[in-house]
Amino acid sequence: MYIGKGRQRQTTIMAFLAPTVLGFLVFSFIPILRSLYLSFTSWDILQPAEWVGLENYRILLGSEEFWRVMRNTAEYIVLYVPLMLIMSLGLASLLNREFRGVGAYKVLFFLPVLTSWVAGSLIWRWILNHKYGLVNILLGYIGIEGPPWLDHRLWAMPGIVLASVWKDVGFFALIFLGALKGINLEYYEAAEIDGASRWAKFRYITLPLVSPTTFFVTITSIINSFQVFAQVQIMTNGGPAGATQVIMERIYKYAFQFFKMGYASALSWVLFAIILVITLVQWHLQKRWVFYDG
Amino acid sequence: MSRRRLSLAVVCAVLVVLCTVPALGAQKVTITFGNFSAGSDNEATLAAMKAAFEKANPDIEVKLHSTGYGEYFRLLQTQIAGGTAPDCYELNYENFVAFAAKNALVDLGPLAKTTGVSFSGYDANALDAFKYNGKQFGVPGSYSVVLLFYNKDLFDQAKIPYPNDDWTWNDVIEAGKKIRALGDDIFGIYQPVQFWEFYKTIAQNGGSLFNGDQTKFTVNSPENIEALQYMVDKVIKHNIQPTEAQKSGQGDWDIFAAGKVGMIVTGNWAFTFMKDAAKCRWDVAVEPGNTQKGCHFFSNGYVINESSKKQEAALRWITWLSSSQESSMLRVEAGWETPPVSDESVINAYVAQRPPENRKAVFDSLKYLVTPPVIEQFNEMAAIVDLQLEKAREGEKTPQQALDDAQRELEQKIKL
Repeated sequence: MYIGKGRQRQTTIMAFLAPTVLGFLVFSFIPILRSLYLSFTSWDILQPAEWVGLENYRILLGSEEFWRVMRNTAEYIVLYVPLMLIMSLGLASLLNREFRGVGAYKVLFFLPVLTSWVAGSLIWRWILNHKYGLVNILLGYIGIEGPPWLDHRLWAMPGIVLASVWKDVGFFALIFLGALKGINLEYYEAAEIDGASRWAKFRYITLPLVSPTTFFVTITSIINSFQVFAQVQIMTNGGPAGATQVIMERIYKYAFQFFKMGYASALSWVLFAIILVITLVQWHLQKRWVFYDG
Repeated sequence: MSRRRLSLAVVCAVLVVLCTVPALGAQKVTITFGNFSAGSDNEATLAAMKAAFEKANPDIEVKLHSTGYGEYFRLLQTQIAGGTAPDCYELNYENFVAFAAKNALVDLGPLAKTTGVSFSGYDANALDAFKYNGKQFGVPGSYSVVLLFYNKDLFDQAKIPYPNDDWTWNDVIEAGKKIRALGDDIFGIYQPVQFWEFYKTIAQNGGSLFNGDQTKFTVNSPENIEALQYMVDKVIKHNIQPTEAQKSGQGDWDIFAAGKVGMIVTGNWAFTFMKDAAKCRWDVAVEPGNTQKGCHFFSNGYVINESSKKQEAALRWITWLSSSQESSMLRVEAGWETPPVSDESVINAYVAQRPPENRKAVFDSLKYLVTPPVIEQFNEMAAIVDLQLEKAREGEKTPQQALDDAQRELEQKIKL
C-alpha cells in the first residue's frame, strides 16, 4: 500500500496508530500515572482525595498482613513456576515427536488457555472437591486418601497451583515446541555417533539450546504469578483462614470493598517495584545459564 | 463545509429537538432507580410494582437499573465518582451508614415536607434504622430476620421435642448430639462461623464489638470469647456441625433441604427456596440465646442521590414502593422478604402464608433485634474479624488468641 512520502507519510502512520495510542493513553498510561498520585492520598472514591504523603507506604510495610500476603504469593510462585516449567517442557518434547493425531493433541492441550478463568475455576472447585472430586476419586483408586484441597489451609494453595498449571501449560508448551523445532538435528546425530544416551542428549543439547526460551518463560511466568487473582478469587476467595490471600486479592479488596483507593494504589506500586527488582535480578543472572548461540 | 451539508446538519438538529418535545409537553419526569435485591427471583415483582406506580402517577416514569448483588456496590461507587449515579437507589443497611457519612445522600426529612409525603405507614423500628445522626437519610424497603430452621423428621427420629422459644445454647448442643448419633453423614446443626453470626452470637451472651459509646473495640471480652468457644465447639469438640472438609463445598441450604442436618441458622429469605426444595417436614423457631436472646435484623433501604435533580419525584417513588399497601401486598405474595410497614392487613397476610407453620416467629424475633454494628469502615472490620474467626474454626488458634489478634488489628486499622 502506498501511504505517501515524508511529512504526509508520517501523518498517515500517526492516523492509523491513533486509536491504539489513544486507547493506551486514556485507559492505561494516564490511570497508571494517576494511581501513583493516588497512592499518596486517602481517596475513598466518594469524597475528594486528601494528600497524606508516605502514610500509605508506612502502614503497608509495617503491617503483618502485607508480609503474610507476600509469603502466600511466594508460596504460589515456588510451587507453580518449577512445576509449570517441567510440565510444559515435557509436554513440548512429547508433542515434538511425529505420531498420528499429534495435531489433535496440540489443540487439546491448548484449549484450557482459551477457556475463561471463571468457568475454569468453577469446574476445578468440583474437580478438587473433598468427597466427590475427580482428583480424590482417582487418588482413591491407587489407595491414597485425598486431602480436602481448597477447604484446608495447607492444601488450598497447591490446589490453586494445579488448576493454574492446567490452564497455562498449553501456552508455554507451545513456546517450547517452537524452540525445540528450531534445534538443528545434526547435533543429535553427532551425539549419537559418539554414543550419547537419551538423557545426555537432553541434558547437553536440548536444555542449553532451549535456554533462551526457558529464560523467557521463567520471567513471564513469575511476573504473571505475582498477579495471580481470578482463580484465587473464585476458587477460595482468599480462604480458608486467609491461607490463599495473595497481593492482587488484597489490592482488589482494599480498592473495591474497603473504599481505600489510596492504600490499594500504594499496594499496586509496591507490587510493581517488587516485580521490577526481581526481573532485573533475573536479567543479570541469565549470563550464568542462558546460552544464545544455537 | 458546503452549503448543502450545512443545511443537512440543520435539518438533523431540528429533528433531534423535535423528538424530545413531546416528552416536555406532557411534563413527564423520568427517574432512574438502581437496585439489587430483586435479583432474578423477584424481577417480575419489581416490574409489576413499577407498572402499578406509573399507573397511579402518570407524571413519573421509572427506569429500573437492576444489577446483581456481587457487582452492585462496585458499579454504584463508580457511578457516583463519575457523576452518573441513579436518582434513587437501594442500599443495604451496612453500606447505608458509609454512604450517609460520606455525604452522598439527601436528607429526606425536609424533602418530605416540600413534597407532601409522610413516613407514618412504616414500622417504627425499621424506619429508625435508616436515620444517621438523627436525620432520615433513607427509608426501609424490606427487612428480614434470622431464625432457627429445624427438620421435624430428624427430631422425631431422635425422639426429642421440637425447639421452642425458651431454648438456649445448651439445648442446641444436646439436641445436636442426639441427631448426630443418627448417622455418620447426619449432622445436628449448621451455623456458619463468620462475622455476621459472630456479632449476633456475642449479643446473645451479653457481649458487643464496642464499648457503650462506640469509642473502643471490646472484641476480646470474656463474653465474646465464651460465645466464640460455643461456635467453635460445635464444629471441633462435639462435631455436631460439619467441618468445612466434611461439608465439602455444599451449601447449608442444600444439606438442610436434603435432610442431612437437623437445624440451620438462616434468614426468612430462605422460605421460598425451602418451600420447593426441602425433602423433609420443617418449621422455624425464634433463635436460642444464652444469657439473653438476640435475633438478626437486616434491612435494605432506599435513598436519594445527593446530586439528583429530580428529588421530589424520586421520593414519591421510593416511599410508594416501600410503604404503599399495593406494593406491600405484591411483596408478600411473591415472598420477597418482609414489607417494613405497620399496616395490620399486610402483616396478617404475611403470617397466614405457609410454609412454615410458625411464620409468627418472624415478628416475635423483632423483640430481640440485633442490628449490624455499622461503622464507616464496616467491610474492612468484617474482613479482619472473619479471618480470625476462620483461624479459630480451623483450630489454628484458640478463641482467646483469635480474638486477641482481631482486637489488636482492629485497633490499628479501624477508626471509630
